Amino acid sequence: MNRRIRQLGIGMLVLYVLLFAQLNRVQLVNSQELRTDPLNVRPLLREFGRPRGEIRSADGVVLARSVAAAGDSDIDYVRQYPTGERFAHIVGFQSFNQGSFGLERSFNDELAGERFTQQFQSPADLFRDRDSTGSLVLTVRDDVQQAAVTALGPRRGSVVALNPSTGEIVAMWTYPSFDPNLLSGLDGPAVNAAYEVLSNNPDQPLLAKSFREVFFPGSTFKIVTAAAGVESGSVSPTTPVFGESEEYQPLPSGSPIRNFADTECGGDLREVLRVSCNTAFAEMGAEWIGPQIMVSTAENFGFNDTVPFDVPGAVASRFPTDYGKFLADVEYYRGDQAASAALPNGETPIHEGSAILAQTAIGQNDVASTPLQMAMVAAAVANQGVLMVPHVVAEVTAADGTRYATTEPEVWRIAASPQVAEVLREAMIHVVANGTARNMAVPGLVVGGKTGTAQLGTDPPNSHAWVVGFAGRPGSAATLAVAVIVEAQPGAGEQTGGRVAAPIARAVIEAAFQTELQQQLSPNDGA
Amino acid sequence: MTAAELPSKPPVVSSLRPRRVELGLVVMVSVVVVSAYGLASLGRNAELPADIRPFLAGTLGLFFFIHIAVRRLAFAADPVLVPTALLLNGIGYVMIARLGSDVEGGGDLAGLQSLWTGVGVAAFVITLVLVPRARELAGYRYLLGLAGIALLALPLVPGIGVDIRGARIWVSLGPVNFQPGEFAKIALAIFFAGYLVESRELIRNRIELRDLAPIAVAWVASVGIMVFERDLGSSLLFFALFVVLMWVATERSSFLALGLFLFVGGAIVSWRLFDHVQTRFDAWLDPFSDFGGGGYQIAQASFSLAEGGLTGTGLGRGDPDRVPIAESDFIFSAIGEEMGLAGSTAILMAFVVIVGSGLRIAIRATRPFEKLLAVGLTTLIGLQAFIIIGGVIRLVPLTGITLPFVSYGGSALVTNYIVLALLIRLSHEQRAGPPETAR
Repeated sequence: MNRRIRQLGIGMLVLYVLLFAQLNRVQLVNSQELRTDPLNVRPLLREFGRPRGEIRSADGVVLARSVAAAGDSDIDYVRQYPTGERFAHIVGFQSFNQGSFGLERSFNDELAGERFTQQFQSPADLFRDRDSTGSLVLTVRDDVQQAAVTALGPRRGSVVALNPSTGEIVAMWTYPSFDPNLLSGLDGPAVNAAYEVLSNNPDQPLLAKSFREVFFPGSTFKIVTAAAGVESGSVSPTTPVFGESEEYQPLPSGSPIRNFADTECGGDLREVLRVSCNTAFAEMGAEWIGPQIMVSTAENFGFNDTVPFDVPGAVASRFPTDYGKFLADVEYYRGDQAASAALPNGETPIHEGSAILAQTAIGQNDVASTPLQMAMVAAAVANQGVLMVPHVVAEVTAADGTRYATTEPEVWRIAASPQVAEVLREAMIHVVANGTARNMAVPGLVVGGKTGTAQLGTDPPNSHAWVVGFAGRPGSAATLAVAVIVEAQPGAGEQTGGRVAAPIARAVIEAAFQTELQQQLSPNDGA
Repeated sequence: MTAAELPSKPPVVSSLRPRRVELGLVVMVSVVVVSAYGLASLGRNAELPADIRPFLAGTLGLFFFIHIAVRRLAFAADPVLVPTALLLNGIGYVMIARLGSDVEGGGDLAGLQSLWTGVGVAAFVITLVLVPRARELAGYRYLLGLAGIALLALPLVPGIGVDIRGARIWVSLGPVNFQPGEFAKIALAIFFAGYLVESRELIRNRIELRDLAPIAVAWVASVGIMVFERDLGSSLLFFALFVVLMWVATERSSFLALGLFLFVGGAIVSWRLFDHVQTRFDAWLDPFSDFGGGGYQIAQASFSLAEGGLTGTGLGRGDPDRVPIAESDFIFSAIGEEMGLAGSTAILMAFVVIVGSGLRIAIRATRPFEKLLAVGLTTLIGLQAFIIIGGVIRLVPLTGITLPFVSYGGSALVTNYIVLALLIRLSHEQRAGPPETAR
């Protein structure tokens, strides 16, 4: 019998080895897959089983907080958003049924207190149960945001305002938005129904178009073209002087480019920027700058790259890069009319795609930009050509006020040299003082800007109305850069940036500088 | 018997050396169990349990009581069996108390389990006292066989049998609820051993049709348990026990093959005929496709185990009661979640140690009855643990039975302590030499 007993022992051992092998499969090999299985509610319950930190604006308004859930439920805490739809695209939401979005998603670990630095501030933390949750203090100001909401009103569009020297977002609003409280509730079916309605809405209220959608930038892109011209060395504030013209005939061939409302325009750089002269900028891009410098300058300003942004989902803006082989210099086509032959960098300007370049140089064809990207173009001009990384989270703080983390200003890229930026800064101030962006002017502040009216070529004609710019106190660097887009509205016709978008930018600037402006109005009061 | 089968002479132990080893192990186990109890509470509430002192006193008292009882009643017995069983019992108790603290009225679970542990230890000592010589049990084989069948059938008696969670394996007599099937295990193991010692020579030499009658009866009884009591686990366990003993006793592998054939046949037929068998099977193959129904418990157990990973969430820091009835059949997933692969593997190792010790006792036993009894009792514990752990971790289809010594449940705990006492008795006899009391 002993032989059989030994065999039985071996058999039993085999069974237990099988158990051990399967246990390794479940607990180690497949564990990640099981932990993230959609049917597994454990990660969610863990998240909803305890309060998270608050999210507050720079001026101390609570944008998101946890409150104890009423009633008998697996969920102990729900999120409330006191400012409703005003900050929905930035703060996002945390929903048991629909997942997390926005900062609630990208800063989940900080809010839940799961970062190592939050859990272990000192060795003593091993032995006590300390509240490790983090609160987010944002760079956005509720008063400026409210001004943006009111000024844009019920028109589809976006407003972005940021500090050029730090990259801090001061306001960022897209209409339509949504009420995140509808999605953070306990009533699962109601939440799912609300989400369904929002995601089926053709106006896409869930989409933060300010940094997740691209639009034709139209004439606001001429800032980049002007920067490329000055950077290339072939354009200066005084030369060349573009001839008065009604249309520009692109090389080597193509349909002519006309001015807005078929006017005639021309002049030096400041003048053509002031009146937003299409023919002059088309010629500048195609014949004075060339593809190489146009592309590199656009990319220096951030095009064709995803903006590093702490709210998730930012998309890249586009500037076409392929203009084919070079053909000849301008002289070959224009004879002695041409002001330039080879460019100062030695490049021969005319390429197979130069007609396309003439269009992209004025922000048409396949150029597409987020409102955030256009605000950053203005910010780079105002910040001596230095483009900062944009961000909305200023710091992560503990319940007792100690700081876990602070966002330091960080350079993203150099868009242009300080000299080039200064030429453009001065030219943009000229546009507000005397040109198309007059509606943006705020007495007592130095304001520069550029309008854009991006015609969509639709019937009936529709256009996006743009304005980008910057503002600061006289004698000091600009502290605010803004971009406003009012999207083409049915029935609005060809709304122009100067008439429609500029007043919104002005309202935002006035809100951001209200303290300074009040001091100026009553300089002798009290003190 | 051939020469190879002549029993190796067991070393005659006259000193208390095994008991000193056992004492050391018991002390280590009590340190582990009491620390685990404290940690589970620290993990949940960041404070030591209010009853840590009574718990410490109770654990030490119980552990040393059982150690002294073995010292008195079976001083030469194997030194690792008792500490291993105490470790399993202790870890199980810590998990039950920890799970109970999450449920309303769940404190009762821990209280009852500690009561049953006390009763189990008492049953252990009483068994050692009542059974001074294991071979005397052979004389009661037919009585025990009948008692076993009667106990198995008891839940079917109208009026006292109770349906709980779809299985009819409970008997309710006044205030006392118990599972007679648990006690039937011991009775039938003794009966099988006694019966096979008697008839194995006959069956070994020539197989006639009537020799197949017993295995047929065992098969029919198993199927009966499955059909009428819907207790797949016990059904499988009884049948496997009988086939293993038959195989060891007769040394004919054909019985193993026949048993396997009958088992597979029975499984296929019952899969066709019975919904509850089909549900179990589907839940094994893909628990996630029927998440809202039959697959829920197994899917949750998989999530629970995965959550544990290598080192576990820490005692008291997991969420093991996501799994329905985690304190009973699914206690293994709770251990895997909070103590990780390290802890769940330790449980596996403990059962390997028990099986190893049990089979060593069987090999050293000099008489066939003792051999078969040791094999039977060891197989009961080893196979039962395999069936339920395999079910929980989806190695085999789930059949609801308890994890020996670990799961919540009085009948099972008392039964397991009686099995342990019998193994200890067998071990003592072969190591202490001819008992003086035999004169």
